[in-house]
Order: sequence, then C-alpha cells, then structure tokens
Amino acid sequence: MSKPQITDPGLSTAETPAAADQRPATNYLRAIGAVAWKDLAAELRSRELLSAMLVFALLVILIFNFALELDVKTRTSVTAGVLWVTFAFAGTLGLNRSMAIEKDRGCLDGLLLAPVDRSAIYFGKVISNLVFMLIVEIIVLPAYSVLYNTNLFQPGLMGVILLGSVGYTAVGTLLSTMSVQARTRDVLLPILLFPVVLPILIAAVKASSGFLQGAEMTAIMPWLNLLIGYDVIFTAIAFMVFDYVVEE
Amino acid sequence: MQPKPRFLSVLDIVSVILLAVATYLALVYAPTEKVMGEVQRVFYFHVAAAWVGLLGFVAAGVTGIIYLRTQNLKWDIIEQAAVEISLVFFFIAIVLGSIWARPIWNTWWTWDPRLTTAAIVEMIYLAYLMLRQGIEDPDRRARFGAVYTLVGAVSVPITFLSIRLFRTIHPVVIGSASAAAEGGFNMTSGMKTAFFFALFAFTVIFADLFWNRIRLGYLAQRVEQLKLKVMQ
Repeated sequence: MSKPQITDPGLSTAETPAAADQRPATNYLRAIGAVAWKDLAAELRSRELLSAMLVFALLVILIFNFALELDVKTRTSVTAGVLWVTFAFAGTLGLNRSMAIEKDRGCLDGLLLAPVDRSAIYFGKVISNLVFMLIVEIIVLPAYSVLYNTNLFQPGLMGVILLGSVGYTAVGTLLSTMSVQARTRDVLLPILLFPVVLPILIAAVKASSGFLQGAEMTAIMPWLNLLIGYDVIFTAIAFMVFDYVVEE
Repeated sequence: MQPKPRFLSVLDIVSVILLAVATYLALVYAPTEKVMGEVQRVFYFHVAAAWVGLLGFVAAGVTGIIYLRTQNLKWDIIEQAAVEISLVFFFIAIVLGSIWARPIWNTWWTWDPRLTTAAIVEMIYLAYLMLRQGIEDPDRRARFGAVYTLVGAVSVPITFLSIRLFRTIHPVVIGSASAAAEGGFNMTSGMKTAFFFALFAFTVIFADLFWNRIRLGYLAQRVEQLKLKVMQ
C-alpha cells in the first residue's frame, strides 16, 4: 500500500528543525479545512443539497403528523423519535449526494492525487457533511416548535443533537464512500448505515426525550456516555480504515 | 481441480451422525420440563444454533481485520464463508426461539436485547451481501467487505449494550438470571447431557460447513479465473 507522504517543497534548510516539525500538522489541518471549505463553497453557490435535505425533512415531519396523529398527549412522548427519524432520513439524503458529486465528476480521483494523508479528505468530508446536517437541524427545530407548539430550545437537547450528528456523519461518510462505488449506490447507503448506526439513534432518542420530559440528569447520563463513546470509537475506526475504502 | 479431502468427507458423515444423535437426545432422551412441557425441547438446538451464529460472527470480524492487514484474498473467502454460515444459524436460532416464545411469552417476538441484536446482526449480514453483490472488482469487494464486517463487529456489542439499558425478559439459563426474566429453569443431568451434546454437535457441524464453504469459495475463485482466461 503506497500512501502519498506529506511533502512540502517550501521546507528549505533555512527553517529551524522546530518549524519543520510543526509543518505536517498545520498542513494536515489546512488540507482538512480545504476539503470542507470546497464543499461548503460549492453548496453556498448551488444550494442543491441543503434545499433538498430541508424540504425532505419538513415533508417527513408533515407525514408524521398524519401517520401518528400528533395531538398534545402523544406529542410529548414521540417528539424525540420523530425528530431523530427526520434527521436520519435527511442525513442519508445529504451523505449520498455529497459523495455522489465527488464520484460522478471524478473529483474524488483529483482529491486522492493531492499530496496529503487520505484521512484528511475523510475528516474534511465529515466536517462538511456535519455542517449540512446541523444547518438542517437548526432550521427544523424552530419549524417543529412552531408547528407543534413545543419548546425544543433547550441546551441539553442541542448537545444531544450535536453528539448524535457527529456519530452519524462519522460512520455515514465512511459508508457512503463505499456505497457510491457500488452498482446499487443510491439504495445501498441506508441499508448499510442504519443497522450499524442504531446505537446512536437509540441513545439520541432516549437522551432527547429525557431532556424534553425533564428527566433527572442521572437517568440521561448513561445515554450521553454511550453517544460520546460511539463517536470516539467510530471516528477512530473510520480514521484507520478510510485508506482501504478509497484505495485504487 | 483438487479432489475433495478425505478428512472432509469423513467430517461430513460424522456431522450427520452427530446431528442425528443430538436430535435423539433432545427429543427423546432428555426429560420433559415440568412447567413448560415439550416445547422446552426447542431450547437445545436454539442455544446451539445461536452459539454457532456467534462463532461465525466472531470469525468474520477477525478474518476481516486479518484481510485488511495482509490483503490476501484467502481471508476474504474465509470471511464470506463465516458470514453466510452465521447468517443461516442466527436465522435458525431466531425461528426456534419464536416457536418457544409463542406459548411461553405469549408472543412470537419481543424487542428484547438479545432478540433485537440477533435481528440487527441479520440485517448487517444482508447489507454485507448486498454490498458485495454491487462490486465487480474482487480486490475492492474484499476490502469493502472487510471494512463493513469490522464496522459491524464493533457496532453490534454497542447495540446490545444500549438495548440492555432497557429491561430484559430473556431467560439466562446459564449464569444468573435477572428477576424480570420469564421462562427460566434449572437443568437436570439428562437435560445437561442433551444440551452439551447439542453444543458439541453443532460446533462440529459448523466446522464441517465452514470448511465446505471455504472450499466452495476457492472453487468459485478458480472458475472466475478460468472464465477470464477463456475470454481473453
């Protein structure tokens, strides 16, 4: 397995060894930033992905209204579930599209040619996917609050949504990179993603409904720990195996 | 084309005999359980099938990691064999469990940690097979398969833990049972004989099927290579 090493032509003899040691780390961060920024800039101009995710998310909430008869009584118990199903569905839409764009126009090959560690590409994509997902969530929350007259703006819930989205995009980005390279790409991602991302959804739903129903912190803590543990473990795994997924 | 190894043929026959004996022990030899009656006899094969499913699951995860380290297609064939066998045996375990649960729990299915986790494992296996089906290049197919089994192998225990934070009603016959479990019992010596023999028999059957499936994988690979040669 040959991996392009980080090389910097500007690293001349004039620089002190200390500066040379610093270089790869900043280069790595800059590469992550560049990949993420490229996605965000492209999205800022076309707004294809965000508008699709957003409209889809609102439609899902609309459908839930009729499917579950969201009256005042049931609302308190199912709000967390409805929210997370919406985020998960809208999330797969975004993940699929964001990776398909790279694959279709050969952008992924271009990215792979860049003289940076490949995990930088992974983290860049994770950040842009995470930002898209968070933007959708930030818009869905007030919409849901207004439509169903429940206050969703609680700091605890925001924390849960952030933790859940991090884990979801960490695994989702890895799996969508695989699914876009398969023949049945569009249908494959949810099938691959949902069974392995289940712990995130269980913990996030439990923690969210805990916050919404004003449960004790001791009851919510195990779920938060689970979320944090999952985020750390799967970010680490994706970091280690991403090379194998993009290798030619 | 290599001939079938002699030992494998012997193992095939031994497996069939062991299965027959295990069936006899489970259905005739073991005493009838007092409370649950005849339906309890499902237990022997249920646990044995789940055990084999678990063996396959662990084997798939380990061979996935080994494949990623060595990039040797041999390990990919072994991994796929483990996944397929595990898929079938977990399915058998789920079906047998349902048959037992209908009279005992009064339902075919409940969202208990073990049942749910077994169902999730099946889903992961199906996704794994669909992923493989969609990729033609053997090296890439092997790499993606290995990555996905690794992700699955790590996520399944976490899923189990997270569902376990709810209460469970699945009985724990071996080890200590929780107070909420329904349908637990203590094994008599006759039951223990049938139980451990079923475990042993299924382990041998697992080894036999595993070996046969790996051999099939090699043959399939050979056919693919010959096809390519003919086309050129």
